[in-house]
Amino acid sequence: MIRLDNLTKIFDTPDGTITAADHISMEVPAGEICVLLGPSGCGKTTTLKMINRIIPATSGRVFIDGQDTTAMDTVDLRRNIGYVIQQIGLFPNMTIEENISVVPRLLGWQPERYKARAKELLDMVALDPATFLKRYPNELSGGQQQRVGVIRALAADPPVMLMDEPFGAIDPINREVIQDEFLKMQAELNKTIMFVSHDIDEAVKMGDKIAIFRTGKLEQYASPDDILAHPASDFIAGFVGSDRTLKRLQLVTAAQVMGPVPTFVTPQQSLSEALAIMERFEHRSITLANERREPIGIITRDIAWNHQGLCGEHYEGLHGIARQSDDLRTVVAQMFTADSSWLPVVDASGRLVGDITQRGITHHLGATYRAKG
Amino acid sequence: MALTLEHLMLVSIAVGLAIITGVPIGVAITQNQRAADLVLYVASVIITIPSIALFGLMIPILSVIGQGIGYLPAIIAVLLYSQLPIIRNTYTAINNVDPALREAARGIGMTPMQRLKMVEIPLAVPVIMAGVRTAVVMNIGVMAIATYIGAGGLGTYIQRGISQTDPRQLIIGAVAVSLLAIIADYALLWVQKKFTPKGMKVMG
Repeated sequence: MIRLDNLTKIFDTPDGTITAADHISMEVPAGEICVLLGPSGCGKTTTLKMINRIIPATSGRVFIDGQDTTAMDTVDLRRNIGYVIQQIGLFPNMTIEENISVVPRLLGWQPERYKARAKELLDMVALDPATFLKRYPNELSGGQQQRVGVIRALAADPPVMLMDEPFGAIDPINREVIQDEFLKMQAELNKTIMFVSHDIDEAVKMGDKIAIFRTGKLEQYASPDDILAHPASDFIAGFVGSDRTLKRLQLVTAAQVMGPVPTFVTPQQSLSEALAIMERFEHRSITLANERREPIGIITRDIAWNHQGLCGEHYEGLHGIARQSDDLRTVVAQMFTADSSWLPVVDASGRLVGDITQRGITHHLGATYRAKG
Repeated sequence: MALTLEHLMLVSIAVGLAIITGVPIGVAITQNQRAADLVLYVASVIITIPSIALFGLMIPILSVIGQGIGYLPAIIAVLLYSQLPIIRNTYTAINNVDPALREAARGIGMTPMQRLKMVEIPLAVPVIMAGVRTAVVMNIGVMAIATYIGAGGLGTYIQRGISQTDPRQLIIGAVAVSLLAIIADYALLWVQKKFTPKGMKVMG
């Protein structure tokens, strides 16, 4: 847990004083990622850097796991906080192994222990230890360096991590990959993380909570969905973008929106039965599933009108299929591609568990706005 | 040959002492801008004093301990002349360490001494060594003049060549000094590469 209590930073400059962070109070629960978001000069980085005293606070206090850090020794404090910066900052005079084991060595670990740890961490980010341990940072690509930067911060297993635009310098394609990897790692490690970003999409993707800053003040601190659905001010609404409702799509999974298992037909049923069902529910098409309840195709009204016989003999291929864990952005993209207003939803083993309709999606997204009045 | 060795010994001892004093001074002044300006200014002034004048200045001072002429003033002169390139290169190299690396080192929880030892000095070594090279090459020439205050070395040939109007000795002395400077430069370049941290080589 990280708790900030009236954290304030005032810089004295030749043009007068500048309040870079103005009485920031917030709490990040253990195991969550909090993204500090805002335009440049809004105080997000200053706030982050006051936590490990890279920037000394003018006033206010920082609590980590309930403990007031004000009295702690700066060096001890920093060794217990993982720190990742945008420029990565790997030491060019050290091998990857030496870079990763810097903090453990400072903490006085035995060589066997920190060497084993370095291997374990490289494995975790899918870099082969045999290849990379003895290399130097300038022999690695940007993405590889950034992975090493992250695992260096994790080396001594600190409960808390501070990340200052950690993926900002990486090209968009690799950034997606590293973000996904990092989320997967975080699911196992459960660190408490403060993460600075200026990219709303990154914030929505990475954050359990988002804190939006503006001119040194904390404007809104809420879950990504809340921020997108109910921006607290015009500034935030503008910052998150006019397409904020579309951004919410990636926060919701198909499982949350799908309807119950729809009526479906089996290959052995006749087309006239299928037609009767469609007419009863006023559907234009119906899913065809095999005996294991795996969807294999659809029967449209056209087919049912114009053919005689069993469903298994006359059917169209599936237009698309959604998995329970897919986010709505993926689902909607599939619907648009297939020009379809609904998709069958399957579980991890491929069995039909429900269906998802465009109506259902718009209803779900609209619900939060209606609730607010 | 004996004179060459003597020459080399004198320069080595003096520059060696200059490294021992100059590098810590260079590191120390990175902590204080005003001290840095002052130290670099004084070192620059010293280097502008002609060597003959410096030797002359030292004769009465060192005569107090009976060392007005000979090895001691020669070594002191070279020691003083070496300060500027060594201090300035150390200072510049440490100051030019990428701020991101410094921030990473701080954020990781290194003490200032650990930062110097593990990051800043290793990264500064190539530039410091370049300063040492400059000092050595420059002072091989200065040491030749020290012959006039009885320090020996290759300057002996030059001095004799002039006083006996013997061009052969003069040329031998001059060529030997030049060759020594060139060889020393290359030897130190090799040492410099040897001392450059492996990971920095690709960057040149």
